[in-house]
Amino acid sequence: MIRYLTQRIVAFIPTLLGVSILIFSTIRLVPGDAIVAMLGTEAGMLTDTQRQSLEVYFGLDKPPLEQYFIWLGGVLRGDLGLSVRHGQPVIDVILARFPVTLQLAIMAVSIALMIGLPIGVLAAVKHNSMIDLFGRLFALLGLGMPSFLVGTLIIYVLSVYFKILPNSGDYVSLIEDPSRNISQMIFPAITLGFAFSASVMRTTRSAVLEVLTQDYIRTARSKGLSEAIVIQRHALRNALIPVVTIVGVEIGYLLGGTVITEEIFALPGVGRLLFNAISQRDYALVQGIALFIAFNFVLINLIADFIYIAIDPRISYAQET
Amino acid sequence: MRKIMLICVVALFTLWVGTVAAQEASNVLIMARAADTTGLDPHTQTAFASFRLLELIYEPLVNLDENLNVIPALAESWEFSEDGMTLTLNLRQGVTFHNGAEFTAEDVVATFNRILDEATAAAARANYLNIASIDTPDDYTVVFNLSQPDVPLLAALATTNAAIVDSADIESGDVATIANGTGPFVLDNWTPEEVTTLSANPNWWGEGPNVDGIEIRIIPDETSILAALRAGTIDFALLNDPLVATLLIDDPNIILNRVPSISYNVLQLRAVVPPLDQLEVRQAISCAIDRQEVLDVASLGEGQVTGPLTMATFALPPNELFCYEKDLDRARDLMAQAGMEDGFTLNVIAANAEPPTALSEAQNIQAQLAEINITVEIEALELSVYVDRWLAGDFDAAIAQNGGRPDPYTMYARYWQSTGNLNNVAGYSDATLDDLMARGRSEIDPEARYEIFAEFQRYLAEQAPWVWLFVGYEYTAQQPYVMGFVPTPTDSLLSLAQVTLER
Repeated sequence: MIRYLTQRIVAFIPTLLGVSILIFSTIRLVPGDAIVAMLGTEAGMLTDTQRQSLEVYFGLDKPPLEQYFIWLGGVLRGDLGLSVRHGQPVIDVILARFPVTLQLAIMAVSIALMIGLPIGVLAAVKHNSMIDLFGRLFALLGLGMPSFLVGTLIIYVLSVYFKILPNSGDYVSLIEDPSRNISQMIFPAITLGFAFSASVMRTTRSAVLEVLTQDYIRTARSKGLSEAIVIQRHALRNALIPVVTIVGVEIGYLLGGTVITEEIFALPGVGRLLFNAISQRDYALVQGIALFIAFNFVLINLIADFIYIAIDPRISYAQET
Repeated sequence: MRKIMLICVVALFTLWVGTVAAQEASNVLIMARAADTTGLDPHTQTAFASFRLLELIYEPLVNLDENLNVIPALAESWEFSEDGMTLTLNLRQGVTFHNGAEFTAEDVVATFNRILDEATAAAARANYLNIASIDTPDDYTVVFNLSQPDVPLLAALATTNAAIVDSADIESGDVATIANGTGPFVLDNWTPEEVTTLSANPNWWGEGPNVDGIEIRIIPDETSILAALRAGTIDFALLNDPLVATLLIDDPNIILNRVPSISYNVLQLRAVVPPLDQLEVRQAISCAIDRQEVLDVASLGEGQVTGPLTMATFALPPNELFCYEKDLDRARDLMAQAGMEDGFTLNVIAANAEPPTALSEAQNIQAQLAEINITVEIEALELSVYVDRWLAGDFDAAIAQNGGRPDPYTMYARYWQSTGNLNNVAGYSDATLDDLMARGRSEIDPEARYEIFAEFQRYLAEQAPWVWLFVGYEYTAQQPYVMGFVPTPTDSLLSLAQVTLER
């Protein structure tokens, strides 16, 4: 087990290195540099000396390869560099935003599971019934409606009909004011959770359907177990593996920030941070966030692997030697 | 199912009660806008979003009123010498910076030395190059000695890019990181892309501020700003997108302020690229475009057709300019004269969403120019990519929204003087324009200056290096209880200092 863990962690390193090279070169290949991003057309009014002093300020005066190794050296020492726009260390900027994104991800996935799992199971058990039909319709709706539509609709209904708008750029953290925070986070979480609940529902439905045809289910039934227990203990548990897989991927994706939902609901999350960093060509920040997202993704995959063991004892990562 | 419905209704209700209760009447103005300042150094910022914050904190020597006339700020009065070679300003006494330091002539000298120092990379440096030296006969008098007559200098001082900063901050190199101005509001906290809090400066020399402070929230999506206004969670908002702002026109509960901007939307042609190097071809394009139609289609008619100059003090009525009435016969004639009756393909670059109407403008022009056999190819680019190509002059034609200035010389010297920094972007220069610009810079008599720039407008419209289209509106929206805000063509928020909240 420990050995497996070490192997996985060692395998992290080339992945992250690859990501860093990819990000570093991509953001520099995009036309327009930090100076143009900041000054716009006024950059054309700069004299050569003015431009040079700005290049020094933005750290653009050295050749890209040298910039990369300076940056990599910093990363290895745990220093992600300085965000020019924020005037703060990149890691501080990211960590200030991360709780918002983490909370949003957890809430969205919880909502999705609360909706998707029961409907999925019901739809599978009452295969081809009205419930199944309703469930499939719901999935179609959830997958078909993009978050900018759902989010905007929610905001429209709240502000025009209820005259409330919990999110008007005055985000408070969970610690500062729990009830305000929840009221601000619930609607974006619903926006994200709604779409994902459709995937959960569909995955659950097909997994349960498949499991229900297995021999051990027949055995369980023939033992005289009630249908409820057959479903709960035998069917659902075995059907959970694909659900855990998609939840893992989704959380990884949500932790990377959800630009559109964060924009619409004015939440200061990682997605908006990344989006702004790209449009402002804040290279250090873009690189830092990308690395951070990649790290989260790998970590969550690892966690998902261990959840598999918990669900299905037949799976084992111990090396049998 | 009924239970769930009930829970939902109860939850919504509690939320509603909670939000309403949270809105205790405070004397802090809550303002929302989509874009944040790009930094705190007043001399290096160029984004409009930066000015909207920094103009509340810092002050220049002079300001502009809502008609773009120069009015006193840190200078109480001023005078040009007869020959236009010196500008003397008398400074306001008893003004202090937010840190308590007194404002004197020394700060003015230090500020302009900083702006003129190339290492600062000050945005408006080019406007002050005629300042040869600065004398300070006493603590409250400043004399700018000029290397050549420079009448537009006075209006060019009225910008946050020439805001006076504390000489001690320049010495310690802190200007970029602290916001120590003389303005009506003091910066308490800036969390980039989230929220900025300002408190009233009790020692401000002017009248006000009447509010205790301003909380500026960044809400990146303008429709969400609209929702916040309707829900009553914000008092005041800046809007850019006419398609969003116009949704408020019929709203009885929200006041929408509209002022014609001095920024202009323009189809830039680069007259160095064939066949645009032929006068007839450029004129044909100008004659074939119904500017009002572009305005109606792209911007719902939200704005006014404009010539080259957009400030009311200098602008000629558009109908006095060349071909401002669509004339297809004349356009086809001109194309024939140029041997271009079969048309050609014109590549037009446009930035995505900057301005929000850019692509619609391009599409309408595409449709209109098809009538004289010109095939317009639109290249939609991300903003930074667009700006890169624009600055390099790497385009045939461009849809642009360029900022205006209160003085025509400052506004156009960069483009239409053959020595201007952006003359390559403009793609056209000639001796007449150089001469008009030079005379406009040195002429002191206001009436004679007006005539010079009237000729400048007629000449530019006729040479048609660019096709000026329209000016949009600057939008602000507010709750009815926000009293005393005066919108201006430069979108300045300065009058927030006089605003009162009468909830």
